[in-house]
Amino acid sequence: MVVATGKSILNRIGIGKIKIYKAPTYDIYEGIVEDPAAEVARFEEALQKAIDQQGVLYEKAKKDAGEESAGIFEAHQLMLEDEDLQDSTKEIITEQKRSAEYAVKTAFDNYAQMFAEMDDPYMKARSADLIDVETDVLDFLMGNDASSMQGTEPAILVAEDLAPSETVKLDKSLLLGMITREGSSNSHTAILARSMNLPSLIQVKDIDDSWDGKMAILDGYNSCVYIDPTPDLMETLKAKYDADLKKDALLQELKGKTSTTIDGRSVHVYANIGGPADLGSVNENDAEGVGLFRSEFVYLNSKEEPTEEQQFAAYKRVVETLAPKLVIIRTCDIGADKTIDYMNLDKEENPALGFRAIRICLTRKEFFKKQLRALLRASAYGNMGIMFPMIISKWELVEAKAIMEECKQELIKEGHKVGKFQVGIMIETPASVFVADELAEEVDFFSLGTNDLTQYTCAIDRQNAKLERFSDTHHPAVLRAIKMTVDAGHRHGAWVGICGELGADPTLTETFLRMGVDELSVNAKSVLPLRKIIRSIDLSKSTEWSPDEV
Amino acid sequence: MKEIKFTVTDPLGIHARPAGILVKEAKKFSSKITVWKGDKSCDMRKLLALMGMAVKQNDEITVQVEGDDEAACAEAIEKFLKENF
Repeated sequence: MVVATGKSILNRIGIGKIKIYKAPTYDIYEGIVEDPAAEVARFEEALQKAIDQQGVLYEKAKKDAGEESAGIFEAHQLMLEDEDLQDSTKEIITEQKRSAEYAVKTAFDNYAQMFAEMDDPYMKARSADLIDVETDVLDFLMGNDASSMQGTEPAILVAEDLAPSETVKLDKSLLLGMITREGSSNSHTAILARSMNLPSLIQVKDIDDSWDGKMAILDGYNSCVYIDPTPDLMETLKAKYDADLKKDALLQELKGKTSTTIDGRSVHVYANIGGPADLGSVNENDAEGVGLFRSEFVYLNSKEEPTEEQQFAAYKRVVETLAPKLVIIRTCDIGADKTIDYMNLDKEENPALGFRAIRICLTRKEFFKKQLRALLRASAYGNMGIMFPMIISKWELVEAKAIMEECKQELIKEGHKVGKFQVGIMIETPASVFVADELAEEVDFFSLGTNDLTQYTCAIDRQNAKLERFSDTHHPAVLRAIKMTVDAGHRHGAWVGICGELGADPTLTETFLRMGVDELSVNAKSVLPLRKIIRSIDLSKSTEWSPDEV
Repeated sequence: MKEIKFTVTDPLGIHARPAGILVKEAKKFSSKITVWKGDKSCDMRKLLALMGMAVKQNDEITVQVEGDDEAACAEAIEKFLKENF
């Protein structure tokens, strides 16, 4: 058995025979040509064909991988239409009297070189796009057919590098995985592989032609490929592979379906996410929105306090990417266990009951305003909810909303756009449960943070192993608190969701539905399993929920 | 001549696909449109030159528009920049 390592594009496994994919070689005539005008005409014809082809590839990529990934071919088309690029190609033909092939290679390579020398990794990766369109034009000039290199059997393809257009031209039904020696995770090939859900490794330096035809396992979880794997290893990874397929089947079955019970009660199933890196998981798991977006990442990923512009860019990207889905962003929840140097927070005896979250924000108004201004500006780009954590009294909520209104007026005066957004609070303290009626008058929604609510209601530190015997995640006090919150919210027209871990507990799903919970926000992986449970529940079969049930 | 100053907020800067759409937008007008970043400049109708300027997040660019339809053109370009970058 041979093991080679690289960088994995996604956590999937591919099993099958290796096929070494050789790109066609380009034998280019470098001498003087007799009739430059004819070469210009050949170039123009091939260029037009290549431009048209980008449109075909765009449609194919859109079907295989979605519109966003397909966008690269639109960019390719525009690159081919660039006047400077066309002029410099034609200039080489007419002034140096060279073949169309030679001119294309020289002119396109020059531009690719320009990008390769840029220090920005994104722009550097664009150099591959120029080489890709160059190859397209050359293929038309020289009559190459790249798709014939793939063979006719299903296989894991091994190549030096694969350009986006090569990737898209491949027959997907014969593709079990891709391995390349080159490539970056920013490259569009990687992006396409990701959206086609294709197990892929890049930067595998030890690729070898002798692998051709051998059995292999591409293990995306561990970023490696096993050539001639041992039977034990095959068995283990086959089990993992089957588990992935099961998840795919679930996705296939439930994607695009609503989370509705047999008797017709619908709930929203949203995802909890911690940063922009999790954005992909929202759509991958078909979540209907984001019920809790923890804004802490903007504070934790920075050595200094993030500026309004930095925060705006981050929030804008999130709401824009997921629009028109609802994204609820929780304002800064720092303090307690999540401390940051530049915040200069004192060490506290009892941080869980200390200076944290909204208490910091209402004390340090300028700090709070920076975040609120960034959020309000981002609200113009999608469907946003703003949620305040750790509220215990109505005055806190009223004051937070007043500061928000102040920010809004300032922004409008400065000429910024502010969109429509919902306002809500976390219900995570017993105090907020008891005054939920007063709080509900001020909000569009409540979101129950069951982790803190349980800890504060039962006075139990969940991290303390000695308390295990006393700890009960289904404690009737907590469940009654949830019911009280739901009722109070509904009395005042506010919807009520759960964003704590309890929301994903399948043994409580029916109970929550009977209580009238409107939304469950869970980690992205739990979205589809939860939807499956909801779709199997029939609320007409039994009585109303009562606290005695638990 | 009309002049627009704009600070890029998009984390990727002026990148490939939206840059392409910006070029398309620019081609709708007859005015000459020049993009400046520091002392470097290029014609907004030229995608590769525009990408070659490597405009990043927080960079300030100046766009100069000169020609018969400069008012409408400047307005459209400014709107596009604000919405996409």
